[in-house]
Amino acid sequence: MPIIVVEVMPKAEILDPQGKAVAGALVRLDKSEFTAVRIGKRFELTVDGPVTDELLAEAREIANDLLANTVIEDVIYVGEARPADDAQGA
Amino acid sequence: MRVGVITFPGSLDDRDAQRAVKLGGGEPVALWHGDHDLKNVDAIVLPGGFSYGDYLRAGAIAAHSPIMSEVIAAANGGMPVLGICNGFQILVESHLLPGGLVRNDHGDFVCRDQKLRVENTATAWSNGFKEDEEIIIPLKNGEGGYIADQDTLDRLEGEGQVVFRYLEVNPNGSANDIAGISNARGNVVGLMPHPEHATEAGFGPDTRAAMRSGTDGLTFFTSAISSLMANA
Repeated sequence: MPIIVVEVMPKAEILDPQGKAVAGALVRLDKSEFTAVRIGKRFELTVDGPVTDELLAEAREIANDLLANTVIEDVIYVGEARPADDAQGA
Repeated sequence: MRVGVITFPGSLDDRDAQRAVKLGGGEPVALWHGDHDLKNVDAIVLPGGFSYGDYLRAGAIAAHSPIMSEVIAAANGGMPVLGICNGFQILVESHLLPGGLVRNDHGDFVCRDQKLRVENTATAWSNGFKEDEEIIIPLKNGEGGYIADQDTLDRLEGEGQVVFRYLEVNPNGSANDIAGISNARGNVVGLMPHPEHATEAGFGPDTRAAMRSGTDGLTFFTSAISSLMANA
């Protein structure tokens, strides 16, 4: 089944306490070459047929209306799952 | 006066809010998120809790409930609407109030008796307070950090739409110590602290006078109910 991927990130100016906590763990693991972490969300929307422009437009609409709160988050990607995405955990 | 309290899947304080309405002299009316029926209420409370387990974002899925189309229409028509904690989150997610609520800056859930200052006594839910009155209201949240862009913050401050401000401690990293705001018209108010938990001596927050004696929250409900009765 084709999948449309929507990726959402907290806006740059918004504090991301989750990312901050992970960054703190990296320091404790002696991985301080990674200086900052921000955590976003990835949604996978399964569709029945081929991914059409209409479906992508619909996905963009729900991304902005429901999946992201554009007051605090940005939708950074809406598109068909990339080939590398097909293998789980790739 | 009939005051509706909406129960969403995961609401926790709906019964407390109904009880607060009764103590404030109103008739509580239970409303259901899946209905398209406000049952002829005169005002609406969106209670605290964890609707849909805070999945996606706190309040985000509840903001798209069937009953919210009626709530948004009523709010835009001037009906008093109060959002408490998760109810506040639902109000910002439905764009009835500006800004957003994010995880507390320190990352922990916070539960405390919180001192607030009432900075706008012209709203439907604060008109019984004195200007700059200091009150104590229980606060309990994990995602209570109020944020908005600078233009919105400037507008809220300039127009007096900051109704309640945290005093002494900013418990969650909210911008400008904002605890609660209103829309421009003043009929829609949202705040993170829980006034319904400060309505009956013996069950309220601790005050300097005695343990659990605080009843400052009752004024939220009497404000709305008495002004509705005066206009009836």
